[in-house]
Amino acid sequence: MDDFFTSAFLTGLIAATLRMATPIIFAMLGELISERAGVLNLGIEGTMVMGAMVGFLTTLTTGSLLLGVAAGAGAGMLLSLLMAVLTVYLGLNQHVSGLGITLFATGLAMFLYRLAVGSPIVPPTIDPFTRIEIPVLSSIPLIGPALFRQYGLTYLAFLLVPLVAFFLYRTRAGLVVRTVGENPLAADTVGVDVRLTRTLCLMAGGALMGIGGAFLTLAHQNMFLIDVVGGRGWVALAMVIFGNWHPVKAMIGALLFGLLDGLQLRLQGSDLAIPFDFFLMVPYLMTIIALVLVSRRAQVPAALLKPYRREDRG
Amino acid sequence: MKRKYLPSRLRPALAFLAIPFFLGSGSLLAEEEDPVRVAAVYQTAIEEPWVGTIHQAALQAEEELGIEYEFVEQVSAADFERVVREYANRGFDLIIGDAFLAGEEPARRVAADYPEVAFAFGSEFGPAEPNFSVFDNWIHEPAYLMGIVAGSLTETDVIGAVAAIPINEVNRLVNAYYEGALSVNPEVEMEVTYIGGWFNPAAAAEATEAQIEAGADIIFAERFGVFEVASQNDVLAFGNMTDQHSLAPEIVVTSALWNMYPTIEYLVRSVDADLFVSQDLKDWSMMAKGGADLAPFYQFEETLPPEVIAKVEETKESILDGTFRVPIIETDPQTD
Repeated sequence: MDDFFTSAFLTGLIAATLRMATPIIFAMLGELISERAGVLNLGIEGTMVMGAMVGFLTTLTTGSLLLGVAAGAGAGMLLSLLMAVLTVYLGLNQHVSGLGITLFATGLAMFLYRLAVGSPIVPPTIDPFTRIEIPVLSSIPLIGPALFRQYGLTYLAFLLVPLVAFFLYRTRAGLVVRTVGENPLAADTVGVDVRLTRTLCLMAGGALMGIGGAFLTLAHQNMFLIDVVGGRGWVALAMVIFGNWHPVKAMIGALLFGLLDGLQLRLQGSDLAIPFDFFLMVPYLMTIIALVLVSRRAQVPAALLKPYRREDRG
Repeated sequence: MKRKYLPSRLRPALAFLAIPFFLGSGSLLAEEEDPVRVAAVYQTAIEEPWVGTIHQAALQAEEELGIEYEFVEQVSAADFERVVREYANRGFDLIIGDAFLAGEEPARRVAADYPEVAFAFGSEFGPAEPNFSVFDNWIHEPAYLMGIVAGSLTETDVIGAVAAIPINEVNRLVNAYYEGALSVNPEVEMEVTYIGGWFNPAAAAEATEAQIEAGADIIFAERFGVFEVASQNDVLAFGNMTDQHSLAPEIVVTSALWNMYPTIEYLVRSVDADLFVSQDLKDWSMMAKGGADLAPFYQFEETLPPEVIAKVEETKESILDGTFRVPIIETDPQTD
């Protein structure tokens, strides 16, 4: 074990942590904004799948990676608009609507992918994003190559965390969003359009989920396969609760998950006589334990899951 | 009340004319035009390489043997038995599928209820009398040949393998790959990482990163997701199941190929001839009968050391003429 924790090992592990946390952070931020406005979006997993697929196909046909990311975001926005129609305007159950959208989007993504490329034995690939090395910073020993030799989208994800936090806690618009999620009646009383606010938050969130999915097919990989998202949406959902609906804390959760996932892949190669299944389980086990510890003092947005109807006011 | 539709004199004549028609539809035509009806039930989408290989073989049989082929994919564990049963009820002659895991028991249950229908499913267990045959991707032979290449080319004496989950059919390939490497390089060590599922390309990519950090300089990609990282690091790799050279031509040396057509052809012909017997069909998925092969080396034909290619060819010959048997080791490989 002595030669196991070398500096190359640590650099590799930290770099892997950031990469594996990236799609989860995008999706987590998207979910967090939606929930802060009072809508639980269980369409998250399906929205990521759709973002991954649409982003991939767009890049495959146009050759442009940035267009792919934009299209992934656009697909996420459209699905979230559907979620808004169902839950905000029709006032349907948020759990059922969200799960419905995940099932619908997963099936539709596969269907559209087949329409576009058929079922070739070897899947088509694109030239994915390459990692961007930040001069000077990337030459810091140990952490330099780990932190500053990453995909552009990874930098963006970590940049978005403080931005979303700033938006929610330091801007008037952020206050409006939080009020709509805590006390929509009060927001309505002062002239805020509750439904429009929720719709916009859902759509912004959907765009982020779509980008999270697109990261998987445009950066972390260069192909679209069924199951490419593989439950990362559900992990992101858990991270929102883990972070007590705060972007920075939720990011820490995502990093912890990325770290454990990166670690388990490396520990499988060690001399430890532990079945690999255990390592695969560890990130999820830690998430559950963390949830149990954290959720006892959770501060759930008060109006989460409650559709807002004006006529209910009196 | 009697109404005559036809003049009575004509009736015997018409009846006579009808005789050959009935005879024809009953016997003569049946032998020539009743195709073997084959149904397939898959638990994953046909994009999954394992299922895709079976599906492609069935499509080829549709083309070349004139079978009637119907399939249904992405059948959940809960629906598996019902779907297989429906095909049996509809009078299909041969029902095939991926089975394994959750599909294993339901497939066997249905087969027991329909002794007149032939069944052939993927399985790591044995066949069942009288009508349940099993098959699997027995491509440990080409995996062994790839191991010869890996063991010869590695400069770090560490070879890698990124695999799905440690079950027999996966272990068999990974172990044969390692045995092949050891046969030419007794110093070689192998890193094995399981990604815990059939499809997790992002995890496979990260597993590749970890293996390269640990010194692996040539990697067997049992699953998708390895090549992109390998090519960024100028590390050579091998594909599995299908010829994956086109995914990363500069680094994919060759692939272990599985071809289900010999199995399907054998099944269809024996069902057609009423000679179907339940058996383990593994020989039909091995190299001697064309069920397994090593993909071309493409440009590596030029760049690999000639003695490596000669060693591969020589070993391949002795596999084909039956004088060498690649060891079948199905225990979990030990990572050194």
